[in-house]
Amino acid sequence: MESKILSLGAKLRRGEITCTELTQQYLQAIQTEDPSVHAYVKVTSEQALQQAAAIDAAFMRGEELNPLAGIPMAIKDNMTIKGIETTCCSKILQGYKPTYHASVWEKLSKAGAVLLGKTNMDEFAMGSTCESSRFGPTYNPRNLSYVPGGSSGGSAAAVAANTAVYALGSDTGGSIRQPAGFCGIVGLKPTYGAVSRYGLIAYASSLDQIGPLTPTVKDAALVFDAIKGYDTKDHTSRKDIPATSVADKLNRSVKGKRLGVAKEYFEDLDSGMKDAVYQAIAHYESEGAQIVEVELPLLKHAVPVYYILACAEASSNLGRYDGIRYGFRAEKYTDINDMIMRTRSEGFGKEVQRRIMLGTYVLSSGYFDAYYKKAQLLRNQIISSFDTLFTKCDALVAPIAPRTAFPLNYASDNIIETYLSDIYTVPVNIAGLPAVSLPCGKDAKGLPIGMQLIGKQFDEETILNLAANFERSGRAGIEPLSKGVRL
Amino acid sequence: MKYEMVVGLETHAELSTQSKIFCGCPTDFGGEPNTHCCPVCTGEPGSLPILNKKVLEYAIKAGLATHCAISRTTHMDRKNYVYPDLPKAYQISQFDEPICKQGYIELDSGKRIGITRIHIEEDAGKLVHDGGYTYVDYNRGGVPLIEIVSEPDIRSIDEAREYVEKLRLILRHIGVSDCKMQEGSMRCDVNISLRPFGKSEFGIRAEIKNMNSLSFMEKALAYEYERQADLLDSGEQVVQETRRYSESTGATESMRGKEDAQDYRYFREPDILQVDVSEAFIQRVKDSLPELPKDKQTRYTTQLELPFTEAALLVKYKNISDFFDAVIATGASAKNACNLIVGQIFRGFNTEEEKEQFSLSINAAQLAELIKLLDSGKINANIARLTLVKMLESGEGCMNFLTASDLASVDASEVERLCKEAVDNNPKAVADYLGGKEAALKALLGYVMRATRGKANAVEVENIIKNMIKAV
Repeated sequence: MESKILSLGAKLRRGEITCTELTQQYLQAIQTEDPSVHAYVKVTSEQALQQAAAIDAAFMRGEELNPLAGIPMAIKDNMTIKGIETTCCSKILQGYKPTYHASVWEKLSKAGAVLLGKTNMDEFAMGSTCESSRFGPTYNPRNLSYVPGGSSGGSAAAVAANTAVYALGSDTGGSIRQPAGFCGIVGLKPTYGAVSRYGLIAYASSLDQIGPLTPTVKDAALVFDAIKGYDTKDHTSRKDIPATSVADKLNRSVKGKRLGVAKEYFEDLDSGMKDAVYQAIAHYESEGAQIVEVELPLLKHAVPVYYILACAEASSNLGRYDGIRYGFRAEKYTDINDMIMRTRSEGFGKEVQRRIMLGTYVLSSGYFDAYYKKAQLLRNQIISSFDTLFTKCDALVAPIAPRTAFPLNYASDNIIETYLSDIYTVPVNIAGLPAVSLPCGKDAKGLPIGMQLIGKQFDEETILNLAANFERSGRAGIEPLSKGVRL
Repeated sequence: MKYEMVVGLETHAELSTQSKIFCGCPTDFGGEPNTHCCPVCTGEPGSLPILNKKVLEYAIKAGLATHCAISRTTHMDRKNYVYPDLPKAYQISQFDEPICKQGYIELDSGKRIGITRIHIEEDAGKLVHDGGYTYVDYNRGGVPLIEIVSEPDIRSIDEAREYVEKLRLILRHIGVSDCKMQEGSMRCDVNISLRPFGKSEFGIRAEIKNMNSLSFMEKALAYEYERQADLLDSGEQVVQETRRYSESTGATESMRGKEDAQDYRYFREPDILQVDVSEAFIQRVKDSLPELPKDKQTRYTTQLELPFTEAALLVKYKNISDFFDAVIATGASAKNACNLIVGQIFRGFNTEEEKEQFSLSINAAQLAELIKLLDSGKINANIARLTLVKMLESGEGCMNFLTASDLASVDASEVERLCKEAVDNNPKAVADYLGGKEAALKALLGYVMRATRGKANAVEVENIIKNMIKAV
């Protein structure tokens, strides 16, 4: 599949379309399509058109611009942009306008990105269906009776519905890869530390990572190249991130690559999904990759480890929402403590409150050793398991989720099942690894099936090459939708 | 006194780094509310802390100066609690891996007060109450602190005071904190318990929070000793609790009991990576340490042969000993420098703050110039003192005040002649002296000194006159 960013960029450079016209088309598509999909929580038309005009002027002057220049895109509602209301789709941040830009937006706006708006998400990125937003759910553009996945559901839906060329999401336990899989697009969760988190409103700091949701693998690589890199404002960002472009190296052969398959990833999933991923494995074998059987027995602990660590960090990260400095404040209260309690009770949704309570509990004295400390130990063991595993293979292939997209309203009645469905995505976050998800087939209802390729730290190049190879084969059978902007 | 006092201190000192611990904002005291702030200081969503390496360096300095072991790896932890002056609802501090461990401070008696740990953390903002409203000022939020925790080795109020004074002196001398208790840049929490003399196990302790002056600390300890002794005498138990000292009543009062103790839910700060402290870095910090107060005191008394009291006075105020060192570095004599600084300059300062500040209108070179004239006998001590007063008033060098005659040496024959004149012209005084009135000699001496404008050597003059009278 051709890179959408590059093909639109070529049209802009050839003067076939101006950036302003392109942006207008997207804004128009949002007006037409978004009422049924509801990918956006805020559309920034004015800013988009201003930026587009500036890009047009720059093209007119004959300036050499970044490949992302003039390309209309969207950002998940948990990344700050100065002056634009950013709420993590939570009532508690209602009215909050950040005073600073997230580092990713600094980079993208300098590269000439045209921001169409902020996308919907599960409140504070806690969820895998995009139904817990205070703005209401997003619908899967491939079938409106299904969820788009989450938490970056809005970003995935906007890209799938062609109401944004690409979008940024964040992935704490699968929040980029799973919605990309549910919507039949590409999602990259970079290595922890590869993309600055400065300006990403924290859910679980040691797991959160920003990444792109895109129509093609090449597009994911282009956006990743633009946003990656050491940032002095993020102590966890890494200085040893390879600086060279990944997007330039996607045509390498997969011959001789050792592709790991861990049976634990294939134990509890729908047979249709298993078949689709196995077919992808067969494809790689036919391309000359070496299939290696590996083990990840700790996979069964990944979900509890994830929920303990993520909730613990969240309980601390979300402590600051007290109604004092910004966002929502309860109307009636008797004193400061009452104000804070009421503000938090009224401002946070159910799922967020559930996770804050869980996290507070596992950090409490008397329970810390039994939960948090044990989870931390298991986290280290999972990290070493991956280290061992990657001595035997160059990348892992695995499904994204045990099933395709949930029907609407299914998750709220099946909380535990929904938590457990994170099993295939969370290990990557626990170990800080990069993973790319891409479509590899569809189920009987025509819903996309996603698979992921998991790599060693900072080896985005290998997994993106593998992904690009599969994409070129056309075996996924997932075509772009005919709604939205078709250029 | 049936009971022995057992005291341990937790001392917070603000570090005098240029910028805050987790961002680049200035640490300056004062300033319009919320002007030394950025998204990190106000805990804005999405903002992240960056560790200021200087803070680590300063803390290591403090650790080395108090004989601590320095951790080779260290990390930050979150201490979770809710208060409006804490914008993230957690303080970034250190819990189980402090940067410095197991040191001590030596008192004058030679007794060592153990230091359990020194860790780094961020200060909180400040609440301002005005007209029925409460406002928050985050300027102080993120100012770096070290918390120095002592062992319960202190046994008296005097030891407690000396410990704090010594600690303050060390921190000032190595330049990591200005330790101004009145501005809150140094404050102490005091843990105190009592036990019968001779008993080895500790009693139940109370913690008194936030002492911001030494005299309050002493008063609080004295009050608390009496309170706990009364309880024990009447067979009651001391309750383990946190108390505060009220400056108006001079009493301590309960803040919260043990059952209300907060669960801080400490866990590792995920936003700041573990820091590895290299041996080379520690060595560099060690090499950069200035002379410590104790070593300075020893140098003054042994090498420079200054009296203990004067030496202690010089060392007590860092700015003063720095000034003194600068003066003698030029070759001026230590004895004369000490005499003029302690005997003359010191008198101009009344309060402790002024002594600490030690702001002078003259510099070390100017004072040295004067002392060298004194050292070489070109002027006498009296002229030196009078000239110094004029210098301090005007900020000008001594040569602007010394006249030719001040500097001209007095001829020996001239002194001889004046002595004779004094004896010849004052027969009554001579007779009185011969009659046993020693004081009568003063009049004769005064005559010669006046005539030489104080430049003659008084001891010599006195001898000459005595000899003349005897000869007569």
